[in-house]
Amino acid sequence: MADETKTIKVTIDNITLDVAPGTTILNAAREIGGDVTPPAMCYYSKLEGSGGKCRTCLVEVAAGSTADPRPMPKLVASCRTTVMDGMVVKNITSEKVKDARNGVVEFLLLNHPLDCPICDQAGECHLQDLGYEHGKEGTRYQFARRTFKKEDLGPYIQLHMTRCILCYRCTYVADQITNKRVHGVVDRGDHAAISTYISKAIENDFSGNMIDVCPVGALTDKTFRFKNRVWFTKPVDAHRTCDTPGCCGKATLWLRGDEVFRVTARKDPWGEVQSFDGKPGWICNTCRFETKQTSSWTIEGLTTISRHSVVGANKYKTLEKPNETVQKVMHGVSPKLLMDIHSVSDVNKPSIHLSEIDRAANSNDFKK
Amino acid sequence: MGRKLLLEKAHVEGIRHFDVYRREGGYRSVEKALKMTPDAIVEEVKKSGLRGRGGAGFPTGMKWSFLAKPEGTPRYLVCNADESEPGTFKDRYLMEFIPHLLIEGMIVSSFALGSNTSYIYIRGEYDWIADILEAAIAEAKQNGWLGKNIQGSGFDCELYVQRGAGAYICGEETALLESLEGKRGNPRIKPPFPAVKGLWGCPTVVNNVETLAAVVPIINEGAEQYASIGIGRSTGTKLISACGNINKPGIYEIDMTISVEEFIFSDEYCGGIPNGKKLKACIPGGSSVPILPANLLLTTAKGEKRLMNYESLSDGGFATGSMMGSGGFIVLDEDQCIVKHTYTLARFYRHESCGQCSPCREGTGWMEKILLNIENGKGKMSDIDLLWDIQRKIEGNTICPLGDAAAWPVAAAIRHFRDEFEWHVNNPEKCLTENFGLRHYADPIHVPVEKN
Repeated sequence: MADETKTIKVTIDNITLDVAPGTTILNAAREIGGDVTPPAMCYYSKLEGSGGKCRTCLVEVAAGSTADPRPMPKLVASCRTTVMDGMVVKNITSEKVKDARNGVVEFLLLNHPLDCPICDQAGECHLQDLGYEHGKEGTRYQFARRTFKKEDLGPYIQLHMTRCILCYRCTYVADQITNKRVHGVVDRGDHAAISTYISKAIENDFSGNMIDVCPVGALTDKTFRFKNRVWFTKPVDAHRTCDTPGCCGKATLWLRGDEVFRVTARKDPWGEVQSFDGKPGWICNTCRFETKQTSSWTIEGLTTISRHSVVGANKYKTLEKPNETVQKVMHGVSPKLLMDIHSVSDVNKPSIHLSEIDRAANSNDFKK
Repeated sequence: MGRKLLLEKAHVEGIRHFDVYRREGGYRSVEKALKMTPDAIVEEVKKSGLRGRGGAGFPTGMKWSFLAKPEGTPRYLVCNADESEPGTFKDRYLMEFIPHLLIEGMIVSSFALGSNTSYIYIRGEYDWIADILEAAIAEAKQNGWLGKNIQGSGFDCELYVQRGAGAYICGEETALLESLEGKRGNPRIKPPFPAVKGLWGCPTVVNNVETLAAVVPIINEGAEQYASIGIGRSTGTKLISACGNINKPGIYEIDMTISVEEFIFSDEYCGGIPNGKKLKACIPGGSSVPILPANLLLTTAKGEKRLMNYESLSDGGFATGSMMGSGGFIVLDEDQCIVKHTYTLARFYRHESCGQCSPCREGTGWMEKILLNIENGKGKMSDIDLLWDIQRKIEGNTICPLGDAAAWPVAAAIRHFRDEFEWHVNNPEKCLTENFGLRHYADPIHVPVEKN
């Protein structure tokens, strides 16, 4: 019985689980996974002190603990609130949370340019995912968005402050992984900006990790910028022996053909750097920016990626198609007849039945 | 006029200096306190019913008793003199005229809390007051009231003045501690609260200037005597800084039994509204508390007279009430435009938001822009509902109370003066040259309130 660790019970969205004391609500929810996990834009489990800022992970605590079952008066940031025994948390089951999160997403997108097609982060952007899952389809903001000029932070990293959501993750990286921070947040309020103190270059062996932790396209890899789209590249896990102290040497190579376009640290399902032997697998700038020959790496195999990720698109020759249930349900009526496009469009003449055309319809069909 | 406890001697010639202050009975409370046990002092403050004078009104004795006391860890007392709430200037007056009162209160409080190093964090704009305080601290030290072994009691206490650099947010206690540590003044995420992990990770109590000064009369006269002044849970006296459209703006020390009507119209206090104008609205507790129209200011929704104290001012919640706040009493007469006024406040909060958490950072700027449009006659009717929705999504969802402080004035202005906003939208030309005036609330009106 000596090695039995004490656990406490927490209920998140009606799912009860046992966790170690001191776990945050967010990490407890991550143990369950799926939709129950609140999104996190600023929290990064490998960076001490991060979190609490973006407010996307707000949850409702319906009962504080068994000892004190009163609900918490306000929504709490799940990334910084530790669970108590008997705590009851409502995330997606709470209308209040959904409403607040919807507001937070709107606030985050307020000054964020909506030009994903020309952004280098598109396809692996956490804000894109967040907006898709929790946001509204339109914006109510009618004013000019704040813009900044692009800034070079040394030879490898480019900062485009216009896209920044001020999650502070990169400052924590600079504080905790590199030993000297030369950039930070200047100014305050909606004119706050990440910057070095008057155009300094960030020169540190681990500065590249700032790019990995950036949830949006504010910090990008200058050796990869606009070279390729992430969903055209194929990620493979690889490792090499690296001499830099603190570098784990385990990375993901983003290939197209045999060419290595980009090297990043390996990510876990939450978009964070994977841990190896309990230590976060940060990689050094030499591995990231200067080792782009496949010969320098030992390739382990394809990277596991979420099937929902756009990165997984175009990678497999045979796609397993989902079962077509519509025809069964609709008593054999084919799906393309379900929508009567003649009622919504004058372009198409009602005399032409789309169902009678056995290929894709084109303009010639309508010119008869 | 009620009894004065804090400002009684404020206008004695030379009271700023130690000799005169001591001659007038200063530092008696330290002599008395050093003979008591620290716990007895905390108990005394608890019994006095003193509530924090900085804005939230949390019972001071209770706050002190929450202070963690682990062995071998220093504890700190920090005086919050970062008085930046628009409309509030009571602490400035206190520190400028009678600085030794604060120092005396801090020595007693430091002794009660076991703090050997205490700080006064003063806003940067009060630079001459920081000089006054530093001179007063030097005098007190010279006379053996600060430093090692105070008056032979064995208690050591050092007092330092730290100047801020002009940020409203540094009046929030955790941002203040960050700033005091020499970092960027971003509020910390609570818990842990400062009482457990404050300055340099040690247990810390942060109190307002007036709160610490009020400890002096509590020790001098005893908790029962102090608690007998005032009404209900609003004990003692309160400094009110009155400004706006009144005949006699300034600092008034009130016991909390007088009515709001008396405070505004009697010659003893504000002396009425100049030029025979009518009262339109008032912010009773500093810019961040909800604004109240005249009818709801003078009487509560139940039809009772509203008194100048914590309970009565907040009677009716935010639907029909407001808050005592920090005592920044801003009076608006019939010529004032509520839209412009709300815009001014929104601009202030946008400028002062620290930018750490997204609802406040983005929301305050958005509200300001919409309000500017409405003020300039470019608003749409949907903007008013949009404002309501924005403030609703900021309130309660931020790290620190600045988000709430930015949301409340906008919410209250729309709640009570929606017709004035609509008039601005409907009369885009007229609103640039004319004022809406008083039209809409000749009689106390029932205000339907949306649950926030």
